[in-house]
Amino acid sequence: MAENKISLRIGGPAGMGIMQTGLLFSKCCARIGLHVFDYIEYPSLIRGGHNTYQIRADHEEIHSQVVPVDILIALDEATMNIHCDELRDHSIVIYDGKTVKPENTRLHCGIRCPLPMSEIIQELGAKEIMRNTLALGAALGIMDYPFEVCEGVIRDIFKGKKEEIIKEDVDAARRGYDLGKEKYRHLSQFTLHTVDSPKRMVLTGNEAIALGAVKGGLKIYAAYPMTPASSILHTLAAWQERHNIVVKQTEDEVGTINFAIGAGFAGVRAMVGTSGGGFALMQEGISLGGITETPVVVVEVQRGGPGTGVPTFTEQADLKFVLNAGHGDFPRILLAPGDVEEAFHLTTTALNLAEKYQTPVMIISDKYLGESHKSAELFDTSNYTIDRGKLLREAPPNYLRYEDSPDGISPRTIPGVPNGLFLANSDEHTPFGWSCEEIPNRNTQMEKRMRKLETLKQEMPGPNLYGPEDADLTIVTWGSMKGPVLEAMNWLNREGCKVNVLHLTWVSPFPVEAVTNVLVNAKKTLMVENNFSSQMAGVIREQTGIAVQEKLLKYDGRPFWPEEVYDKVRSML
Amino acid sequence: MKQEDLATPNKPNWCPGCGDFGIWLAVKMALTQLDLKQEEVVIVYGIGCHGHMCNFTKTYGFEGLHGRPIPVAEGVKLANKDLKVIVVAGDGDTYAEGLNHFLMGVRGNHDVTLIVHDNRIYGLTTGQTSPTSEKGRVSKSTPTGSIEVPVNPMALAVAQGGSFVARGFSADPKQLVELIKAGINHRGFAVIDVFQNCATFNKVNTVEWFKEHTYRLEDTKYVPNDRMKALQIALDEEKLATGIFYQDSREAYDQDVPAEKGDALVDHDISDIDITESMEQFT
Repeated sequence: MAENKISLRIGGPAGMGIMQTGLLFSKCCARIGLHVFDYIEYPSLIRGGHNTYQIRADHEEIHSQVVPVDILIALDEATMNIHCDELRDHSIVIYDGKTVKPENTRLHCGIRCPLPMSEIIQELGAKEIMRNTLALGAALGIMDYPFEVCEGVIRDIFKGKKEEIIKEDVDAARRGYDLGKEKYRHLSQFTLHTVDSPKRMVLTGNEAIALGAVKGGLKIYAAYPMTPASSILHTLAAWQERHNIVVKQTEDEVGTINFAIGAGFAGVRAMVGTSGGGFALMQEGISLGGITETPVVVVEVQRGGPGTGVPTFTEQADLKFVLNAGHGDFPRILLAPGDVEEAFHLTTTALNLAEKYQTPVMIISDKYLGESHKSAELFDTSNYTIDRGKLLREAPPNYLRYEDSPDGISPRTIPGVPNGLFLANSDEHTPFGWSCEEIPNRNTQMEKRMRKLETLKQEMPGPNLYGPEDADLTIVTWGSMKGPVLEAMNWLNREGCKVNVLHLTWVSPFPVEAVTNVLVNAKKTLMVENNFSSQMAGVIREQTGIAVQEKLLKYDGRPFWPEEVYDKVRSML
Repeated sequence: MKQEDLATPNKPNWCPGCGDFGIWLAVKMALTQLDLKQEEVVIVYGIGCHGHMCNFTKTYGFEGLHGRPIPVAEGVKLANKDLKVIVVAGDGDTYAEGLNHFLMGVRGNHDVTLIVHDNRIYGLTTGQTSPTSEKGRVSKSTPTGSIEVPVNPMALAVAQGGSFVARGFSADPKQLVELIKAGINHRGFAVIDVFQNCATFNKVNTVEWFKEHTYRLEDTKYVPNDRMKALQIALDEEKLATGIFYQDSREAYDQDVPAEKGDALVDHDISDIDITESMEQFT
């Protein structure tokens, strides 16, 4: 019997409400105290195509999805065909016996659990979309899940809707639940029941960034809609009144970045979010932020490129692009969160760094982190304080905005401060801001700006090393690949291997010494990243002179599954 | 503020006879006549000869990128609604590189005063065709004559829901000062397109040419409260009007933003923001 360990997948055409149902299951699992991770695949269209939502839940901590599927909800025959190889003999397959015929598919294993979904939907007079909720109810019944918790989750998700709509959902889930329990519970090896645990959220990396931004004192968020960054826009837009913030959908990403820089110049914390294509349009603006020393935070949620690429899939192929964003030399700060906790905390950090160092701070994420839900305890913000750096609300006599300073950071006034006048100038400028092309001034200003990176190096944390210090193999990775890599590391170490993981979250300035120390002492090294050209391995070589020995790369738009990392490490040991 | 407060250590570097001098003078006169506090004025400049004004005019200033001063100004205004925000831009800035921002600024009715130096030529880049150059203009980039018809900024602004649409002329500083003052006092996006000569690169649209082809709306019985009439005037490319084409009092962008109801955003306390309710939403 598998208790409180489950991998469930729902598949069907787009427009069938799969996303909502998947999230409902994730929340149901978290609500009874399990750790949750989910992964979503969908094509770039509104209806049709093949959508899947995979949820993994466990009473032990988990970091990613896995290949095997314990329960498959197949809303169409395509789902059976595409996912039947992920099933095992004891896996449960739930489908509408009327519309889905396993004999038309390659389905070759698993326990078939047809349900009269169409009939029940008709009988209930419910909408076609309720088929999902019905199927999910059945899965919960088959696992003997406490139904009253599910009803509570449905009521929370639909809070504010009419009681008749909520009741329709609860009824559909209940019918499915009773039927599943009665007909198939005895065939199931899977059980879900309540365990003791702290309260947990279920949220995506994008939602964690939105929360971090609010905690970090964000006042203005600007964006042009772009998958997979849009849910940051949606989340913050919905919080405008609660958190007293302004969210602006701008005309294009050029407008976005210039708008945010205007807000930063005027003294509020401003952030923008986009994906690779939109980020490309922001380049000149980011450079403008660099020379005018204006605080702004830029979030780049990567998707598969180049061009429009695979717009609803994941990739980590913008690393070198973001690392070199904007023309000319200016201090670029780049952070790369690996999970929802890091997405939250690094966003609060980014907003502080932007003001403290008076320069654009970039956060690089991707579709996999941005749109996958993970369970997490309520974020601890007790150690966070807003640090506005050298911001002045009163100007000293003979104030000069861009005066040279040992740490590269000059005191900064904002419009409205008497006697604090200055010119923020995209031309090279004097300490006041007047345009100036003379050699000594150019050198002083250039060196002052670039010195900020040296100052920041003194306070930045090193990269995280997970697992035993004296490992036989060190996996190097960054950003969202943290999840599958940590998962694989845990499996390997449980089997007696000695594997550790070096995970980079600060890319610029680069933690040269810390990374060098780990790599020179490592016996074998493996780079795992989600791109074709192993961009981070290139950065590491540039910064440390060290070449990571082996590379495991993937650029098909999908994240790594931990099984792939596991197999690769096994082949190297 | 007084005229001398606006002075800087830098001397104007425009060509002798440039229309920029007249516009610069009018901006300074408008600012001093309105009796604004110096620290409450932000001027955002584009890139072009006009943009050099940033070095000769002492306020809080922002010299941005070519084509992009309008979104910067919108951000400044929403961050601190207590400021008077002015954009000084060129015809290339506003009607070529930044036309999208122009239309969106008009549409959003952000409380910004836009002063466009419209000399129908690219001066700083030494004489290429501009979006307001007439069809057939021979220039360095169009040696056999430009093919496009010119952009009509007045008609665009009127048609796009502009709440203040006006045109001035650099050689008529008296009118221009009044237009700029009215624009700054207008709560919304004030478009002031300003005809000016380029003494070096535009041998067609000289001061005399503009004098011959323009008339002042103030000298007629025109009342600027009818969008259709304003459009008619804007579409007349033979007799070019100066003055206020159209004005109404619809709400400025910030007036419709919930977070802008109280203090300016810049004065909000961000020291300890409670996110418990938002975190609970995900449980």
